[in-house]
Amino acid sequence: MSRRRDNYENSRWRRFKRWLEGEIDPLTEGGVGLSKAPSSTAASLEGTDRGREPEEDVALSPGDLEKDVALSPREPEKDVALSPGGTEPDTLPALREPGGRGLRLYRKFYQIMSIFLCLGIICVLLWTIAYLPAFGNAGNPDNNEVSARYIEKGLEETGAVNMVTGMILDYRAFDTFGESCVLFIASCCVLVLLRIDDDGGSGDAEKRKREANDRVFEPKNDIILQKCACVLVPVIMVFGIYIILNGHLSPGGGFSGGAVLGSGLILYLNAFGFQKTEQMFNGRTYRRITVSALTFYCLAKSYSFFTGANHMESGIPLGTPGDILSSGLILPLNICVGLVVACTMYAFYTLFRKGGI
Amino acid sequence: MTLVQNFPFFSIILAMFSGILSSVLSGKQARNLSLAALVATMVMSAAVLAYCLGAGESYTYMMGHFPAPWGNEIRAGVLEGLTALLFSMIMLLSVAGGMRYTFEDVEASKVNLFFIMIDLMLSSLLALIYTNDLFTAYVFVEINTIAGCGLIMIRQKGRSFSAAIRYMIMSQLGSGLFLIGLTLLYDVTGHLLMSPAKAAVAAIEAAGSYEIPMLVILAVISVGLAIKSGLYPFHSWIPYTYGYATPTASAILSGLVSKGYIFLLIKIFYRVLGQENVIASRMVNVLFLFGLAGMIMGSVHAIMETDTRRMIAYSSVAQIGYIYMGIGLGTENGMIAAVFHMFTHSATKALLFISAVGLYEVSGEKKDFRSLRGAGYRNHLAGIGFTVGALSMVGFPMLSGFISKLLFATAALQTPHKMMLTLIGLAVSTVLNAIYFLRLVITLYGRGEASQLRAQGTEEGLFGTGEASREAFSGRKSAPTVFGGAIICFILLNLFLGLMSQPVVRAIAAGLAMFD
Repeated sequence: MSRRRDNYENSRWRRFKRWLEGEIDPLTEGGVGLSKAPSSTAASLEGTDRGREPEEDVALSPGDLEKDVALSPREPEKDVALSPGGTEPDTLPALREPGGRGLRLYRKFYQIMSIFLCLGIICVLLWTIAYLPAFGNAGNPDNNEVSARYIEKGLEETGAVNMVTGMILDYRAFDTFGESCVLFIASCCVLVLLRIDDDGGSGDAEKRKREANDRVFEPKNDIILQKCACVLVPVIMVFGIYIILNGHLSPGGGFSGGAVLGSGLILYLNAFGFQKTEQMFNGRTYRRITVSALTFYCLAKSYSFFTGANHMESGIPLGTPGDILSSGLILPLNICVGLVVACTMYAFYTLFRKGGI
Repeated sequence: MTLVQNFPFFSIILAMFSGILSSVLSGKQARNLSLAALVATMVMSAAVLAYCLGAGESYTYMMGHFPAPWGNEIRAGVLEGLTALLFSMIMLLSVAGGMRYTFEDVEASKVNLFFIMIDLMLSSLLALIYTNDLFTAYVFVEINTIAGCGLIMIRQKGRSFSAAIRYMIMSQLGSGLFLIGLTLLYDVTGHLLMSPAKAAVAAIEAAGSYEIPMLVILAVISVGLAIKSGLYPFHSWIPYTYGYATPTASAILSGLVSKGYIFLLIKIFYRVLGQENVIASRMVNVLFLFGLAGMIMGSVHAIMETDTRRMIAYSSVAQIGYIYMGIGLGTENGMIAAVFHMFTHSATKALLFISAVGLYEVSGEKKDFRSLRGAGYRNHLAGIGFTVGALSMVGFPMLSGFISKLLFATAALQTPHKMMLTLIGLAVSTVLNAIYFLRLVITLYGRGEASQLRAQGTEEGLFGTGEASREAFSGRKSAPTVFGGAIICFILLNLFLGLMSQPVVRAIAAGLAMFD
């Protein structure tokens, strides 16, 4: 990190600024700034080519450098990426040196070949499509007994007016459980990556926490946003709940309703800040809701799978199709999926913003 | 339906459920839960295997109230039971063996997240093994990929982030191709469950329609899963991923995750596309050639490497090459050899990664293999474990690697047009394997360089004199019993596969026969 700041004098942004102030003329001065470019970067490039660098040290491959620029919040040259002239990564100058000629050629070759490869794959796939059955034809292979039964008997067997919900939460409920676990594990990965914990007293975590925290800019008290949110948030929330609860009756369901709920929460957070939001929704609430929703899903579906596979009656009434309280397990499962989705969305937002829920 | 037949379903759900629960537990509790789930899975898989061997047939299990073409389904047979048993055993040993390093590498507050990854990884591996539904397979491939990324980056040090990004990009490419393949397949067959899809494919082949889509489907699915398992030209992520993750993660990723995809590929070949169609389309020849290239190139890369863990990782490239070569032979025996080598490699590679970390620990945590000189004397068990693993990879008699090489060679003799290539490939690759693995083993037990070691030691400021260095080492030498136990179990597993291979080979043959 600090190494990057040392090069500030050579950075594009700095040179741009100097040019603006009339101190230098880039046309005459040519690549002076560039040729002086970080020799350490060049060294590290050679190092990685041999692949013999110890792991934890400073030698980062060019990819790492770029990534660091993109991730680091306190980078003085962050503006470089935003300024019009700074779209090129700063590691390129190292490649411009005479020694990097082979590397440059390789890079060109690599780019051209990858474009050709992509074009080749696109052509093959398009060519394949020409041989596939025409879209929407009644005689297509996918218009078989599977979809026929879903359409004809779906209402009777699952009790769900919305056929799609019946399919994903009853006929193929195991896949949907897998999908909710995908969401769950994705949010766990983001937690691993972005959550900043106290690690037993070393000041590092505390410092990182302070850096990641943008609460210092709060409360924003943006009147327009707050007034809009006052009107919109309740409507959004109610609408999300409606979509979830009516998942088995009308288009919608857990996934879409959960997304609406989550965006409502995020809007509220933006308008009123963390302090107010955390009165009703904090890390502990998040954990409790996710775990209990997934646990309920797991147990309910396990029961259903078990009875189904052993040819027993599940004893869950399907109710009258069309009622809110109908279609057996689908309604509670929709609620579970909706809660998981909403929590995941909100957690992603807060983690990306300040490194903690 | 007997209780035993429920066990595949129980083990998948148990693994998922313990993953979910772990998110509210502390690190230690999550660890215990995860170990319990692994042990339970092991026992249940053994019961399933015994049941299927006894009954002599496989069975399908309805996931819900709706039969085959409408609802989800899983399927268990001899091969599934055997694979699940070995996978859960190797996973348990990897988790146990790398436990202490896990707690060192992972931030204390994130240990439970690590075990969530482990649990869900287990569930996805089990689901890939047992699934009888193509879309279920895809969903669990996704879980597997994300859990893999999580396991790599949870170390949060050095290059593990860039390793995770590499892994994610390559893995997503593979998943994407696999998904395209499934979509095309659904379009021409109209089924997602394997058995009806196979019937539809047979009808298509008989009618001769959709010739080109079928070829593209086969190619896209094979390439997608080959990328995900790290076949030679798509191997670039392997050294980073396996080299920079925490030891348990390296062992699981190299030993099990790539094998899960290969198992899925074999299952799709047999249960959906039809092995005879795959052979007729000559796709096997492509896999055969890439497998051969991988066998040679992986070993060459490993010889040029000096970082021990990256060396082991490159050796994985070579071993994956062996497996694909076996699949590419296109015969029953070739497939049996491939599956057996899959088991061999999982057991051995996990052993190598786990024992390598034990050797590092007594050698000042340096990456260069030369720093391991004499490490076999400082941590005896890890040294023996590493030696056994290395000898097994080279193909020393009595160890499992020997049997798989024998099976490959026997299978090659029955395929006249590929015989020479296979035998030459095996011979060259064995010699190359021997070069780098024996170099490592000799380094481990090398003496007489004490002065050099001491010089290095003082340079690092780690130890002043020879005596002090010995003390520093012996202080850490007392390996914890769990680590030692895991190494011993791994060695026994290797010996079992090497000395009593016949029952395993017969079970594999029976399992493959049940696939049709």
